[in-house]
Amino acid sequence: MKLLVIDTATEACSCALYLDGEIQDRYVIAPRQHTSLILPMADELLAEAGLKPTQLEGIAFGCGPGSFTGLRIACGVVQGIAFAADIPVAPISSLAALAQATYTKYGAVKVLAAIDARMHEVYWGRYKIDDKDIMRCESKEIVCAPNDISLPSEGQWYGVGTGWATYAENLKAKLGKMVQDYQGKTYPQASAMIPLALAAFQEGKIVSAEDALPVYLRNKVVQTRS
Amino acid sequence: MRVLGIETSCDETGVAVYDTKQGLLGHALYSQTDIHAQYGGVVPELASRDHIRKLIPLIKTLLNESHTKPDEIDGIAYTAGPGLVGALLVGAAVGRSLAWTWQVPAIGVHHLEGHLLAAMLEEPAPSFPFLALLVSGGHTQLVEVAEIGKYIILGESVDDAAGEAFDKTAKLLGLGYPGGPALARLAEQGNPDAFNFPRPMTQRPGLDFSFSGLKTHVLTTWRAQTQNKQTRADIARAFEDAVIDTLAIKCRRALKQSGLTRLIIAGGVGANQRLRSRLGELAKEMSVSVYYPRPIFCTDNGAMIAYAGAIRLETGQSEPLAFNAYPRWPINELNYSVS
Ligand SMILES: Nc1ncnc2c1ncn2[C@@H]1O[C@H](COP(=O)(O)OP(=O)(O)OP(=O)(O)O)[C@@H](O)[C@H]1O
Ligand SMILES: [Mg+2]
Repeated sequence: MKLLVIDTATEACSCALYLDGEIQDRYVIAPRQHTSLILPMADELLAEAGLKPTQLEGIAFGCGPGSFTGLRIACGVVQGIAFAADIPVAPISSLAALAQATYTKYGAVKVLAAIDARMHEVYWGRYKIDDKDIMRCESKEIVCAPNDISLPSEGQWYGVGTGWATYAENLKAKLGKMVQDYQGKTYPQASAMIPLALAAFQEGKIVSAEDALPVYLRNKVVQTRS
Repeated sequence: MRVLGIETSCDETGVAVYDTKQGLLGHALYSQTDIHAQYGGVVPELASRDHIRKLIPLIKTLLNESHTKPDEIDGIAYTAGPGLVGALLVGAAVGRSLAWTWQVPAIGVHHLEGHLLAAMLEEPAPSFPFLALLVSGGHTQLVEVAEIGKYIILGESVDDAAGEAFDKTAKLLGLGYPGGPALARLAEQGNPDAFNFPRPMTQRPGLDFSFSGLKTHVLTTWRAQTQNKQTRADIARAFEDAVIDTLAIKCRRALKQSGLTRLIIAGGVGANQRLRSRLGELAKEMSVSVYYPRPIFCTDNGAMIAYAGAIRLETGQSEPLAFNAYPRWPINELNYSVS
Protein backbone atom coordinates (compact mmCIF):
# COMPACT_ATOMS: atom_id res chain seq x y z
CA MET A 1 0.00 0.00 0.00
CA LYS A 2 1.06 3.58 -0.74
CA LEU A 3 0.03 5.61 2.29
CA LEU A 4 0.71 9.22 3.29
CA VAL A 5 0.33 10.28 6.92
CA ILE A 6 0.36 13.85 8.18
CA ASP A 7 0.02 15.42 11.59
CA THR A 8 -0.15 19.06 12.73
CA ALA A 9 -2.26 18.57 15.85
CA THR A 10 0.27 20.01 18.33
CA GLU A 11 3.50 22.01 18.33
CA ALA A 12 5.02 19.25 16.20
CA CYS A 13 4.61 19.00 12.45
CA SER A 14 5.23 15.67 10.75
CA CYS A 15 4.69 13.67 7.62
CA ALA A 16 5.41 10.04 6.76
CA LEU A 17 5.25 7.98 3.61
CA TYR A 18 4.65 4.23 3.80
CA LEU A 19 5.45 2.25 0.65
CA ASP A 20 4.69 -1.45 1.05
CA GLY A 21 6.71 -1.78 4.25
CA GLU A 22 9.24 1.01 3.69
CA ILE A 23 8.85 4.16 5.81
CA GLN A 24 10.31 7.62 5.20
CA ASP A 25 9.42 10.52 7.43
CA ARG A 26 9.90 14.16 8.42
CA TYR A 27 9.37 15.53 11.90
CA VAL A 28 10.02 18.97 13.40
CA ILE A 29 8.81 20.88 16.42
CA ALA A 30 7.76 24.17 14.89
CA PRO A 31 4.85 25.98 16.54
CA ARG A 32 2.83 28.19 14.14
CA GLN A 33 4.82 27.10 11.10
CA HIS A 34 2.71 24.13 10.08
CA THR A 35 1.23 25.82 7.01
CA SER A 36 4.71 26.57 5.69
CA LEU A 37 6.08 23.11 6.36
CA ILE A 38 3.48 20.44 5.78
CA LEU A 39 3.08 20.40 1.99
CA PRO A 40 6.80 20.89 1.28
CA MET A 41 7.43 17.86 3.56
CA ALA A 42 4.91 15.73 1.70
CA ASP A 43 6.23 16.90 -1.65
CA GLU A 44 9.80 16.00 -0.71
CA LEU A 45 8.86 12.52 0.48
CA LEU A 46 6.90 11.79 -2.68
CA ALA A 47 9.59 13.23 -4.94
CA GLU A 48 12.24 11.04 -3.30
CA ALA A 49 10.04 8.01 -3.90
CA GLY A 50 9.32 9.08 -7.48
CA LEU A 51 5.62 9.19 -6.75
CA LYS A 52 2.89 11.56 -7.88
CA PRO A 53 0.23 12.61 -5.33
CA THR A 54 -2.46 10.93 -7.44
CA GLN A 55 -0.60 7.60 -7.11
CA LEU A 56 -1.28 7.50 -3.36
CA GLU A 57 -3.75 4.80 -2.31
CA GLY A 58 -4.70 6.15 1.08
CA ILE A 59 -4.06 8.97 3.50
CA ALA A 60 -4.18 9.20 7.28
CA PHE A 61 -3.95 12.16 9.64
CA GLY A 62 -3.92 13.12 13.27
CA CYS A 63 -7.56 14.15 13.68
CA GLY A 64 -7.25 15.29 17.27
CA PRO A 65 -7.61 16.14 20.00
CA GLY A 66 -5.16 19.04 19.78
CA SER A 67 -4.93 22.69 18.77
CA PHE A 68 -8.13 23.59 16.90
CA THR A 69 -6.29 25.46 14.16
CA GLY A 70 -3.64 22.76 13.88
CA LEU A 71 -6.30 20.08 13.50
CA ARG A 72 -7.97 22.04 10.71
CA ILE A 73 -4.68 22.59 8.88
CA ALA A 74 -4.03 18.84 8.67
CA CYS A 75 -7.68 18.14 8.04
CA GLY A 76 -7.98 20.74 5.25
CA VAL A 77 -4.81 19.48 3.57
CA VAL A 78 -6.01 15.88 3.84
CA GLN A 79 -9.49 16.68 2.52
CA GLY A 80 -7.92 18.41 -0.48
CA ILE A 81 -5.56 15.53 -1.25
CA ALA A 82 -8.17 12.83 -0.65
CA PHE A 83 -10.77 14.56 -2.81
CA ALA A 84 -8.32 15.37 -5.61
CA ALA A 85 -6.72 11.90 -5.64
CA ASP A 86 -10.05 10.18 -4.91
CA ILE A 87 -8.63 8.10 -2.05
CA PRO A 88 -10.00 7.13 1.37
CA VAL A 89 -8.90 8.68 4.66
CA ALA A 90 -8.09 7.10 8.02
CA PRO A 91 -8.52 9.63 10.85
CA ILE A 92 -6.15 8.74 13.71
CA SER A 93 -6.49 9.92 17.30
CA SER A 94 -3.60 12.04 18.59
CA LEU A 95 -3.84 10.22 21.94
CA ALA A 96 -3.71 6.82 20.24
CA ALA A 97 -0.68 8.02 18.27
CA LEU A 98 1.10 8.87 21.52
CA ALA A 99 0.20 5.49 23.01
CA GLN A 100 1.32 3.56 19.94
CA ALA A 101 4.67 5.42 19.89
CA THR A 102 5.19 4.58 23.56
CA TYR A 103 4.67 0.91 22.80
CA THR A 104 7.09 1.03 19.87
CA LYS A 105 9.74 2.90 21.86
CA TYR A 106 9.49 1.52 25.39
CA GLY A 107 7.43 -1.60 24.95
CA ALA A 108 4.76 -0.13 27.23
CA VAL A 109 1.53 -2.13 26.84
CA LYS A 110 -0.71 0.08 29.02
CA VAL A 111 -0.54 3.78 28.35
CA LEU A 112 -2.23 6.84 29.83
CA ALA A 113 -2.06 9.52 27.15
CA ALA A 114 -2.55 13.15 28.17
CA ILE A 115 -2.23 16.25 26.01
CA ASP A 116 -2.22 19.69 27.64
CA ALA A 117 -5.54 21.21 26.54
CA ARG A 118 -4.88 24.67 28.05
CA MET A 119 -7.58 26.26 30.25
CA HIS A 120 -6.42 23.97 33.09
CA GLU A 121 -7.57 20.82 31.30
CA VAL A 122 -6.11 17.77 29.59
CA TYR A 123 -7.21 15.59 26.71
CA TRP A 124 -7.16 12.14 28.22
CA GLY A 125 -7.35 8.52 27.07
CA ARG A 126 -6.39 5.06 28.44
CA TYR A 127 -4.82 2.67 25.96
CA LYS A 128 -3.98 -1.05 25.97
CA ILE A 129 -2.15 -3.05 23.33
CA ASP A 130 -4.15 -5.78 21.57
CA ASP A 131 -2.99 -9.10 20.14
CA LYS A 132 -2.14 -7.44 16.83
CA ASP A 133 0.16 -4.90 18.51
CA ILE A 134 -2.33 -2.09 18.07
CA MET A 135 -3.18 0.36 20.85
CA ARG A 136 -6.91 0.42 21.63
CA CYS A 137 -8.71 2.98 23.74
CA GLU A 138 -10.28 1.20 26.72
CA SER A 139 -12.51 4.13 27.64
CA LYS A 140 -13.81 7.22 25.93
CA GLU A 141 -11.35 10.00 25.12
CA ILE A 142 -12.28 13.04 27.19
CA VAL A 143 -11.29 16.61 27.99
CA CYS A 144 -11.29 17.33 31.72
CA ALA A 145 -9.46 18.88 34.63
CA PRO A 146 -6.39 16.81 35.62
CA ASN A 147 -8.20 15.92 38.84
CA ASP A 148 -11.21 14.55 36.97
CA ILE A 149 -9.46 11.98 34.77
CA SER A 150 -11.02 8.55 34.37
CA LEU A 151 -8.94 6.02 36.31
CA PRO A 152 -7.87 2.53 35.28
CA SER A 153 -8.97 -0.20 37.67
CA GLU A 154 -5.56 -1.77 38.20
CA GLY A 155 -2.12 -2.42 36.71
CA GLN A 156 1.05 -0.56 35.83
CA TRP A 157 0.62 2.27 33.35
CA TYR A 158 3.01 4.40 31.35
CA GLY A 159 2.14 8.11 31.09
CA VAL A 160 2.83 10.05 27.90
CA GLY A 161 2.17 13.47 26.42
CA THR A 162 2.37 17.16 27.30
CA GLY A 163 -0.37 16.76 29.89
CA TRP A 164 2.20 14.81 31.90
CA ALA A 165 4.68 17.68 31.60
CA THR A 166 2.23 20.31 32.86
CA TYR A 167 0.23 18.29 35.41
CA ALA A 168 2.57 15.48 36.55
CA GLU A 169 1.88 16.17 40.22
CA ASN A 170 -1.92 16.17 39.88
CA LEU A 171 -1.91 13.05 37.74
CA LYS A 172 0.48 11.13 39.98
CA ALA A 173 -1.57 12.07 43.02
CA LYS A 174 -4.71 10.67 41.35
CA LEU A 175 -3.05 7.49 40.04
CA GLY A 176 -0.69 6.64 42.90
CA LYS A 177 1.26 3.44 42.39
CA MET A 178 -0.36 2.69 39.04
CA VAL A 179 2.09 5.08 37.35
CA GLN A 180 5.05 3.04 36.20
CA ASP A 181 6.85 5.94 34.52
CA TYR A 182 6.03 8.88 32.31
CA GLN A 183 7.39 10.89 29.41
CA GLY A 184 6.02 14.45 29.24
CA LYS A 185 7.87 16.05 26.36
CA THR A 186 6.34 13.93 23.62
CA TYR A 187 4.19 14.91 20.68
CA PRO A 188 2.20 12.86 18.21
CA GLN A 189 4.24 11.89 15.15
CA ALA A 190 3.10 10.77 11.71
CA SER A 191 5.50 7.82 11.42
CA ALA A 192 4.23 6.38 14.72
CA MET A 193 0.68 6.46 13.34
CA ILE A 194 1.46 4.07 10.50
CA PRO A 195 0.55 0.85 12.37
CA LEU A 196 -2.70 2.49 13.48
CA ALA A 197 -3.43 3.69 9.95
CA LEU A 198 -2.75 0.27 8.41
CA ALA A 199 -5.05 -1.32 10.98
CA ALA A 200 -7.74 1.26 10.22
CA PHE A 201 -7.54 0.49 6.50
CA GLN A 202 -7.66 -3.25 7.19
CA GLU A 203 -10.68 -2.87 9.44
CA GLY A 204 -12.44 -0.50 7.04
CA LYS A 205 -12.38 2.35 9.54
CA ILE A 206 -11.98 4.81 6.72
CA VAL A 207 -13.99 7.76 5.44
CA SER A 208 -14.21 9.86 2.30
CA ALA A 209 -12.65 13.34 2.00
CA GLU A 210 -15.66 15.31 3.24
CA ASP A 211 -16.11 13.09 6.29
CA ALA A 212 -12.50 13.46 7.37
CA LEU A 213 -13.14 15.90 10.19
CA PRO A 214 -11.36 17.08 13.33
CA VAL A 215 -12.22 15.55 16.70
CA TYR A 216 -12.04 18.57 18.99
CA LEU A 217 -13.39 16.96 22.20
CA ARG A 218 -13.84 20.48 23.55
CA ASN A 219 -17.10 21.60 22.04
CA LYS A 220 -18.15 24.44 24.26
CA VAL A 221 -16.37 27.26 22.47
CA VAL A 222 -18.75 30.16 22.97
CA GLN A 223 -18.86 32.05 26.25
CA THR A 224 -22.57 32.38 26.87
CA ARG A 225 -23.73 35.02 29.30
CA SER A 226 -25.64 33.60 32.21
CA MET B 1 -7.62 28.88 -18.23
CA ARG B 2 -10.21 27.37 -15.91
CA VAL B 3 -9.98 28.23 -12.22
CA LEU B 4 -11.70 26.92 -9.11
CA GLY B 5 -12.20 29.75 -6.60
CA ILE B 6 -12.65 29.25 -2.85
CA GLU B 7 -13.86 31.90 -0.40
CA THR B 8 -13.87 31.27 3.38
CA SER B 9 -12.81 34.60 4.91
CA CYS B 10 -15.80 35.10 7.19
CA ASP B 11 -19.18 33.40 7.57
CA GLU B 12 -19.86 32.40 3.97
CA THR B 13 -18.44 29.36 2.19
CA GLY B 14 -18.32 30.25 -1.51
CA VAL B 15 -16.94 28.35 -4.50
CA ALA B 16 -17.00 28.96 -8.24
CA VAL B 17 -15.48 27.93 -11.54
CA TYR B 18 -14.36 30.74 -13.82
CA ASP B 19 -12.99 30.21 -17.31
CA THR B 20 -10.99 33.07 -18.84
CA LYS B 21 -12.48 32.30 -22.28
CA GLN B 22 -16.01 31.20 -21.36
CA GLY B 23 -16.65 33.27 -18.25
CA LEU B 24 -18.34 32.05 -15.10
CA LEU B 25 -19.30 28.38 -15.39
CA GLY B 26 -20.96 28.03 -12.01
CA HIS B 27 -20.94 29.07 -8.40
CA ALA B 28 -22.27 27.77 -5.09
CA LEU B 29 -22.67 29.44 -1.73
CA TYR B 30 -23.43 28.31 1.78
CA SER B 31 -24.18 30.96 4.40
CA GLN B 32 -23.58 30.38 8.12
CA THR B 33 -25.83 33.26 9.16
CA ASP B 34 -28.21 31.02 11.12
CA ILE B 35 -25.36 29.63 13.22
CA HIS B 36 -24.12 33.06 14.29
CA ALA B 37 -27.47 34.87 14.55
CA GLN B 38 -28.13 33.57 18.07
CA TYR B 39 -24.85 35.14 19.25
CA GLY B 40 -25.50 38.52 17.63
CA GLY B 41 -22.31 38.34 15.56
CA VAL B 42 -19.84 35.98 13.92
CA VAL B 43 -18.16 33.56 16.37
CA PRO B 44 -14.77 32.87 14.72
CA GLU B 45 -14.25 29.32 16.05
CA LEU B 46 -17.75 28.27 14.97
CA ALA B 47 -17.13 29.80 11.55
CA SER B 48 -13.95 27.75 11.07
CA ARG B 49 -15.65 24.57 12.24
CA ASP B 50 -18.44 25.03 9.76
CA HIS B 51 -16.19 25.87 6.80
CA ILE B 52 -14.29 22.61 7.18
CA ARG B 53 -17.56 20.66 7.20
CA LYS B 54 -19.09 22.40 4.21
CA LEU B 55 -16.28 23.17 1.78
CA ILE B 56 -15.70 19.80 0.07
CA PRO B 57 -19.44 18.99 -0.28
CA LEU B 58 -19.91 22.45 -1.82
CA ILE B 59 -17.05 21.89 -4.29
CA LYS B 60 -18.62 18.55 -5.24
CA THR B 61 -21.98 20.20 -5.91
CA LEU B 62 -20.29 22.95 -7.91
CA LEU B 63 -18.33 20.57 -10.15
CA ASN B 64 -21.47 18.54 -10.79
CA GLU B 65 -23.67 21.51 -11.56
CA SER B 66 -21.09 23.23 -13.74
CA HIS B 67 -20.29 19.97 -15.57
CA THR B 68 -16.62 20.45 -14.77
CA LYS B 69 -14.35 17.44 -14.52
CA PRO B 70 -11.45 17.69 -12.10
CA ASP B 71 -8.90 17.32 -14.91
CA GLU B 72 -10.35 20.40 -16.61
CA ILE B 73 -9.25 22.65 -13.74
CA ASP B 74 -6.06 24.56 -14.54
CA GLY B 75 -5.61 26.42 -11.29
CA ILE B 76 -6.97 27.05 -7.78
CA ALA B 77 -7.64 30.43 -6.19
CA TYR B 78 -8.39 30.80 -2.50
CA THR B 79 -8.92 33.86 -0.32
CA ALA B 80 -5.70 34.40 1.65
CA GLY B 81 -6.84 37.53 3.55
CA PRO B 82 -7.93 39.79 5.05
CA GLY B 83 -10.50 38.10 7.28
CA LEU B 84 -10.76 35.64 10.18
CA VAL B 85 -7.50 33.73 10.32
CA GLY B 86 -8.98 30.34 11.25
CA ALA B 87 -11.63 30.58 8.56
CA LEU B 88 -9.09 31.68 5.94
CA LEU B 89 -6.81 28.75 6.83
CA VAL B 90 -9.51 26.23 5.94
CA GLY B 91 -9.85 27.56 2.39
CA ALA B 92 -6.08 27.94 2.05
CA ALA B 93 -5.32 24.39 3.25
CA VAL B 94 -7.94 22.76 1.06
CA GLY B 95 -7.16 24.99 -1.94
CA ARG B 96 -3.40 24.59 -1.76
CA SER B 97 -3.55 20.81 -1.35
CA LEU B 98 -6.07 20.38 -4.18
CA ALA B 99 -3.63 22.24 -6.41
CA TRP B 100 -0.68 20.17 -5.22
CA THR B 101 -2.48 16.90 -5.85
CA TRP B 102 -3.74 17.92 -9.28
CA GLN B 103 -0.32 19.49 -9.99
CA VAL B 104 -1.77 22.84 -11.04
CA PRO B 105 -0.79 26.32 -9.76
CA ALA B 106 -2.53 27.96 -6.79
CA ILE B 107 -2.93 31.60 -5.88
CA GLY B 108 -3.89 33.33 -2.61
CA VAL B 109 -6.33 36.10 -3.47
CA HIS B 110 -6.92 39.38 -1.63
CA HIS B 111 -10.55 39.36 -0.52
CA LEU B 112 -11.08 43.06 -1.25
CA GLU B 113 -9.56 42.73 -4.71
CA GLY B 114 -12.23 40.08 -5.24
CA HIS B 115 -14.94 42.56 -4.20
CA LEU B 116 -13.43 45.35 -6.35
CA LEU B 117 -13.37 43.16 -9.45
CA ALA B 118 -16.79 41.52 -8.92
CA ALA B 119 -18.37 43.89 -11.46
CA MET B 120 -16.07 42.34 -14.09
CA LEU B 121 -18.32 39.27 -13.98
CA GLU B 122 -21.23 41.27 -15.42
CA GLU B 123 -22.21 42.40 -18.92
CA PRO B 124 -21.06 44.94 -19.83
CA ALA B 125 -17.95 44.84 -17.68
CA PRO B 126 -16.27 48.16 -16.92
CA SER B 127 -12.98 49.02 -18.59
CA PHE B 128 -10.10 50.64 -16.72
CA PRO B 129 -9.44 52.98 -15.02
CA PHE B 130 -12.43 53.31 -12.70
CA LEU B 131 -13.44 54.58 -9.30
CA ALA B 132 -14.68 51.90 -6.94
CA LEU B 133 -16.86 52.48 -3.91
CA LEU B 134 -16.26 49.49 -1.67
CA VAL B 135 -18.93 49.29 1.02
CA SER B 136 -18.87 46.04 2.98
CA GLY B 137 -19.17 44.74 6.51
CA GLY B 138 -15.54 45.52 7.29
CA HIS B 139 -14.60 48.26 4.84
CA THR B 140 -15.71 51.58 3.39
CA GLN B 141 -13.24 52.79 0.81
CA LEU B 142 -13.02 54.86 -2.33
CA VAL B 143 -10.42 53.18 -4.48
CA GLU B 144 -8.92 54.33 -7.73
CA VAL B 145 -8.40 51.25 -9.84
CA ALA B 146 -5.88 52.35 -12.46
CA GLU B 147 -5.74 48.84 -13.88
CA ILE B 148 -5.96 45.33 -12.49
CA GLY B 149 -3.33 45.06 -9.78
CA LYS B 150 -3.04 48.79 -9.03
CA TYR B 151 -5.26 50.01 -6.23
CA ILE B 152 -4.97 53.47 -4.71
CA ILE B 153 -7.09 54.23 -1.65
CA LEU B 154 -8.47 57.76 -2.04
CA GLY B 155 -10.50 57.74 1.14
CA GLU B 156 -11.80 55.38 3.79
CA SER B 157 -13.75 55.19 7.01
CA VAL B 158 -11.93 56.40 10.09
CA ASP B 159 -14.20 54.26 12.30
CA ASP B 160 -17.15 51.95 11.50
CA ALA B 161 -17.63 50.54 8.01
CA ALA B 162 -20.93 51.31 6.28
CA GLY B 163 -22.14 47.69 6.62
CA GLU B 164 -21.09 47.65 10.25
CA ALA B 165 -23.10 50.86 10.81
CA PHE B 166 -26.13 49.20 9.19
CA ASP B 167 -25.73 46.12 11.37
CA LYS B 168 -25.17 48.03 14.64
CA THR B 169 -28.10 50.35 13.98
CA ALA B 170 -30.30 47.38 13.18
CA LYS B 171 -29.28 45.83 16.48
CA LEU B 172 -30.17 49.05 18.35
CA LEU B 173 -33.59 48.96 16.76
CA GLY B 174 -34.01 45.31 17.69
CA LEU B 175 -33.84 43.91 14.18
CA GLY B 176 -31.56 40.97 14.91
CA TYR B 177 -28.37 39.94 13.14
CA PRO B 178 -27.16 40.61 10.50
CA GLY B 179 -29.52 43.53 10.33
CA GLY B 180 -28.40 45.45 7.23
CA PRO B 181 -30.94 43.96 4.81
CA ALA B 182 -33.69 44.02 7.46
CA LEU B 183 -33.00 47.68 8.19
CA ALA B 184 -33.21 48.45 4.47
CA ARG B 185 -36.59 46.69 4.25
CA LEU B 186 -37.92 48.58 7.26
CA ALA B 187 -36.74 51.90 5.83
CA GLU B 188 -39.12 51.40 2.90
CA GLN B 189 -42.02 51.99 5.29
CA GLY B 190 -40.41 55.06 6.87
CA ASN B 191 -41.45 58.65 6.33
CA PRO B 192 -38.45 60.45 4.76
CA ASP B 193 -39.40 63.76 6.40
CA ALA B 194 -39.84 62.55 9.97
CA PHE B 195 -36.18 62.91 11.01
CA ASN B 196 -33.06 64.39 9.56
CA PHE B 197 -29.72 62.88 10.56
CA PRO B 198 -26.31 64.47 9.97
CA ARG B 199 -24.15 63.62 6.93
CA PRO B 200 -20.85 63.03 8.76
CA MET B 201 -17.65 64.59 7.40
CA THR B 202 -19.30 66.06 4.32
CA GLN B 203 -18.82 69.67 5.39
CA ARG B 204 -15.04 69.50 5.26
CA PRO B 205 -12.88 68.56 2.31
CA GLY B 206 -11.50 65.06 1.86
CA LEU B 207 -12.76 61.63 0.97
CA ASP B 208 -12.78 59.92 4.36
CA PHE B 209 -15.90 58.67 6.09
CA SER B 210 -17.08 58.36 9.67
CA PHE B 211 -20.19 56.36 10.52
CA SER B 212 -19.88 55.62 14.23
CA GLY B 213 -21.55 58.88 15.28
CA LEU B 214 -24.69 58.01 13.33
CA LYS B 215 -25.59 55.08 15.54
CA THR B 216 -25.36 57.31 18.63
CA HIS B 217 -27.71 59.66 16.86
CA VAL B 218 -30.08 56.78 16.18
CA LEU B 219 -29.97 55.74 19.83
CA THR B 220 -30.68 59.20 21.28
CA THR B 221 -33.48 59.77 18.78
CA TRP B 222 -35.02 56.36 19.47
CA ARG B 223 -34.90 56.95 23.24
CA ALA B 224 -36.50 60.40 22.95
CA GLN B 225 -39.48 59.12 20.93
CA THR B 226 -42.57 57.07 21.59
CA GLN B 227 -41.16 53.72 20.52
CA ASN B 228 -43.71 52.41 18.07
CA LYS B 229 -43.51 50.65 14.74
CA GLN B 230 -43.74 53.82 12.69
CA THR B 231 -40.99 55.68 14.60
CA ARG B 232 -38.75 52.67 14.15
CA ALA B 233 -39.33 52.72 10.41
CA ASP B 234 -38.89 56.50 10.28
CA ILE B 235 -35.54 56.26 12.08
CA ALA B 236 -34.43 53.44 9.77
CA ARG B 237 -35.29 55.62 6.82
CA ALA B 238 -33.45 58.66 8.23
CA PHE B 239 -30.40 56.52 8.94
CA GLU B 240 -30.36 54.96 5.50
CA ASP B 241 -30.83 58.34 3.85
CA ALA B 242 -27.90 59.77 5.82
CA VAL B 243 -25.58 56.89 4.85
CA ILE B 244 -26.61 56.90 1.19
CA ASP B 245 -26.37 60.67 0.96
CA THR B 246 -22.92 60.67 2.54
CA LEU B 247 -21.69 57.96 0.20
CA ALA B 248 -23.09 59.82 -2.81
CA ILE B 249 -21.52 63.13 -1.78
CA LYS B 250 -18.10 61.51 -1.44
CA CYS B 251 -18.47 59.62 -4.71
CA ARG B 252 -19.27 62.87 -6.49
CA ARG B 253 -16.24 64.51 -4.91
CA ALA B 254 -13.95 61.60 -5.79
CA LEU B 255 -15.17 61.50 -9.40
CA LYS B 256 -14.58 65.24 -9.73
CA GLN B 257 -11.14 65.17 -8.13
CA SER B 258 -9.89 62.16 -10.03
CA GLY B 259 -11.51 62.90 -13.37
CA LEU B 260 -12.51 59.23 -13.61
CA THR B 261 -15.56 58.55 -15.75
CA ARG B 262 -16.57 55.11 -14.50
CA LEU B 263 -17.95 54.27 -11.07
CA ILE B 264 -18.28 50.73 -9.79
CA ILE B 265 -19.99 49.60 -6.59
CA ALA B 266 -18.66 46.67 -4.57
CA GLY B 267 -19.30 44.97 -1.24
CA GLY B 268 -22.39 43.87 0.66
CA VAL B 269 -23.97 47.31 1.13
CA GLY B 270 -23.84 47.58 -2.66
CA ALA B 271 -26.80 45.20 -2.63
CA ASN B 272 -28.87 48.07 -1.19
CA GLN B 273 -31.40 49.05 -3.87
CA ARG B 274 -31.77 52.68 -2.81
CA LEU B 275 -28.00 53.14 -2.81
CA ARG B 276 -27.87 51.65 -6.28
CA SER B 277 -30.53 53.93 -7.70
CA ARG B 278 -29.09 56.98 -5.94
CA LEU B 279 -25.65 56.39 -7.43
CA GLY B 280 -27.34 55.69 -10.76
CA GLU B 281 -28.86 59.17 -10.65
CA LEU B 282 -25.55 60.72 -9.65
CA ALA B 283 -23.78 59.00 -12.52
CA LYS B 284 -26.38 60.20 -15.01
CA GLU B 285 -26.10 63.75 -13.76
CA MET B 286 -22.29 63.67 -14.00
CA SER B 287 -22.28 61.75 -17.29
CA VAL B 288 -20.25 58.88 -15.91
CA SER B 289 -21.12 55.20 -16.30
CA VAL B 290 -21.97 53.13 -13.28
CA TYR B 291 -21.51 49.36 -12.83
CA TYR B 292 -22.78 47.00 -10.15
CA PRO B 293 -22.31 43.31 -9.54
CA ARG B 294 -25.60 41.39 -9.18
CA PRO B 295 -26.62 41.54 -5.48
CA ILE B 296 -25.39 38.01 -4.70
CA PHE B 297 -21.90 38.98 -5.94
CA CYS B 298 -21.90 42.12 -3.75
CA THR B 299 -21.67 40.02 -0.60
CA ASP B 300 -18.97 37.37 -0.13
CA ASN B 301 -18.87 34.74 -2.88
CA GLY B 302 -16.53 32.35 -4.66
CA ALA B 303 -17.03 33.84 -8.12
CA MET B 304 -15.12 37.04 -7.40
CA ILE B 305 -12.23 35.00 -5.95
CA ALA B 306 -12.16 32.67 -8.97
CA TYR B 307 -12.11 35.72 -11.26
CA ALA B 308 -9.38 37.66 -9.41
CA GLY B 309 -7.36 34.45 -9.08
CA ALA B 310 -7.69 33.57 -12.75
CA ILE B 311 -6.36 36.99 -13.76
CA ARG B 312 -3.32 36.61 -11.53
CA LEU B 313 -2.66 32.99 -12.45
CA GLU B 314 -2.74 33.95 -16.12
CA THR B 315 0.08 36.42 -15.52
CA GLY B 316 2.12 33.50 -14.21
CA GLN B 317 1.86 34.36 -10.51
CA SER B 318 1.48 31.47 -8.09
CA GLU B 319 2.04 30.46 -4.47
CA PRO B 320 4.75 28.13 -3.22
CA LEU B 321 3.73 24.95 -1.35
CA ALA B 322 4.13 26.89 1.88
CA PHE B 323 0.73 28.52 2.23
CA ASN B 324 -0.52 31.08 4.70
CA ALA B 325 -3.39 33.35 5.71
CA TYR B 326 -3.12 37.11 6.23
CA PRO B 327 -5.85 38.39 8.58
CA ARG B 328 -4.70 42.01 8.11
CA TRP B 329 -3.53 42.89 4.63
CA PRO B 330 -3.98 46.42 3.22
CA ILE B 331 -5.05 46.35 -0.42
CA ASN B 332 -2.52 48.94 -1.54
CA GLU B 333 0.19 46.38 -0.73
CA LEU B 334 -0.94 44.55 -3.85
CA ASN B 335 0.96 45.78 -6.83
CA TYR B 336 1.27 43.78 -9.99
CA SER B 337 0.76 44.22 -13.66
CA VAL B 338 -1.24 42.09 -16.04
CA SER B 339 0.23 43.61 -19.18
N1 LIG C 1 -29.57 45.59 1.29
C1 LIG C 1 -28.62 45.95 2.14
N2 LIG C 1 -28.61 47.19 2.67
C2 LIG C 1 -27.65 47.57 3.52
N3 LIG C 1 -26.65 46.78 3.93
C3 LIG C 1 -26.61 45.52 3.44
C4 LIG C 1 -27.58 45.05 2.52
N4 LIG C 1 -27.25 43.77 2.19
C5 LIG C 1 -26.14 43.48 2.88
N5 LIG C 1 -25.74 44.52 3.63
C6 LIG C 1 -24.60 44.60 4.54
O1 LIG C 1 -23.44 44.16 3.88
C7 LIG C 1 -22.51 43.64 4.83
C8 LIG C 1 -21.97 42.33 4.35
O2 LIG C 1 -21.20 42.57 3.21
P1 LIG C 1 -19.91 41.73 2.86
O3 LIG C 1 -20.27 40.31 2.90
O4 LIG C 1 -19.34 42.28 1.63
O5 LIG C 1 -19.02 42.16 4.09
P2 LIG C 1 -17.89 41.31 4.80
O6 LIG C 1 -17.39 40.32 3.85
O7 LIG C 1 -18.41 40.88 6.11
O8 LIG C 1 -16.78 42.43 5.05
P3 LIG C 1 -15.36 42.58 4.30
O9 LIG C 1 -15.57 42.16 2.89
O10 LIG C 1 -15.06 44.04 4.45
O11 LIG C 1 -14.44 41.71 5.04
C9 LIG C 1 -23.27 43.48 6.12
O12 LIG C 1 -22.85 44.52 6.99
C10 LIG C 1 -24.73 43.64 5.71
O13 LIG C 1 -25.54 44.18 6.70
MG1 LIG D 1 -16.53 40.56 2.10
